[in-house]
Amino acid sequence: MPQLRCPVCGLPVEVPDDALPGELYEHECGATLELYETGNGLSLRVFEGLEEDWGE
Amino acid sequence: MPTALLVYDVARLDEKLLLDRMRRLFDRVELLHLPSAVLEFTSRGGLVGADIAVQRSISFYRAVTSTAALEAQGLRVVNTSHAILVSGDKAVSTGLLVRNRVPVPETLLAYGLESTVKAASLLGYPVVVKPVQGSWGRLLALARDEEELRAIVEHREYMGALYRVQYVQEYVRKPGRDIRATCIGDSVPAAIYRVSGSWITNTARGGRAEPARVTPEMEDLTLRACKALGVEVGGVDIVEHPEKGLLVLEVNAVPEYKNVMRVTGVDVAREIAEYLYGEAKR
Ligand SMILES: Nc1ncnc2c1ncn2[C@@H]1O[C@H](COP(=O)(O)OP(=O)(O)OP(=O)(O)O)[C@@H](O)[C@H]1O
Ligand SMILES: [Zn+2]
Repeated sequence: MPQLRCPVCGLPVEVPDDALPGELYEHECGATLELYETGNGLSLRVFEGLEEDWGE
Repeated sequence: MPTALLVYDVARLDEKLLLDRMRRLFDRVELLHLPSAVLEFTSRGGLVGADIAVQRSISFYRAVTSTAALEAQGLRVVNTSHAILVSGDKAVSTGLLVRNRVPVPETLLAYGLESTVKAASLLGYPVVVKPVQGSWGRLLALARDEEELRAIVEHREYMGALYRVQYVQEYVRKPGRDIRATCIGDSVPAAIYRVSGSWITNTARGGRAEPARVTPEMEDLTLRACKALGVEVGGVDIVEHPEKGLLVLEVNAVPEYKNVMRVTGVDVAREIAEYLYGEAKR
């Protein structure tokens, strides 16, 4: 995995090689980041959250 | 060799375990990450080619709508959009459970403040008031008397049409725990107790998970609840009523199972993958 950077603070983010789109990372700057497919590899963006979550 | 599609938005441990087990069985597993996806209703075939899809979105609305779009393209999705839709609404699902003779706590519906007060007096306090949609134990309220009930309902009246439907239920005096049983097709491979000092036992709200033995009664109830809603892979919330025995609270059509796997040692993800594989080959 090429070095990915946090879109909020610009610092590098440790993302494992087998990471999937949709994985979330709590960055040290406080941002929650979502890995996503750009069509040209993976990148990070700020996680928008989900309002109507359901689950356990 | 069959191929599969995993539909999801957040790749939690549940999804990663399922993907791993699916990759061991299927020839190919494609990912459909909904936040980046465009779904088509009208192009048949071509777009998504897979023998089976599994829906894992943590959002009810995304789960229902994306499943509907994939089904329009002829894809077999577990669970079906219909099963997700009916189990996502407590009033609709309670109706189906009762019609199929699945025991549930005494439950009433009311649409206004005075009628909700009347419903509660028919049941007797304390009562539990729930919105018909929404989860993780959010907005679940216990009213010990009329004054508390009025405060709860008055507050919800401001929250929009969905919150003006009051689902009023008898408060079940559980033994400090409830049960979450997992159904996969015709089997109930595992169940856990969710133990908590508070009456809301959801693990997301601090409840502790412990393994539970799947009794024949629990198995029968779980399968009948899932059948009633058309749910193939589901998590059934069950409470132990001191007099009436096991009662079904609800069925989750996109169940979480990482806690079930952790405390019971049952590889629920593998069992789901095997079920999908069996269905894909049909
Ligand atoms: N009538 C009731 N009597 C006693 N406890 C109840 C009752 N209804 C719900 N509970 C408790 O409240 C918690 C959440 O209930 P419920 O499953 O209805 O809500 P939910 O938020 O949809 O849950 P989930 O996250 O499992 O989908 C559970 O711990 C359950 O045991
Ligand atoms: Zn950062």
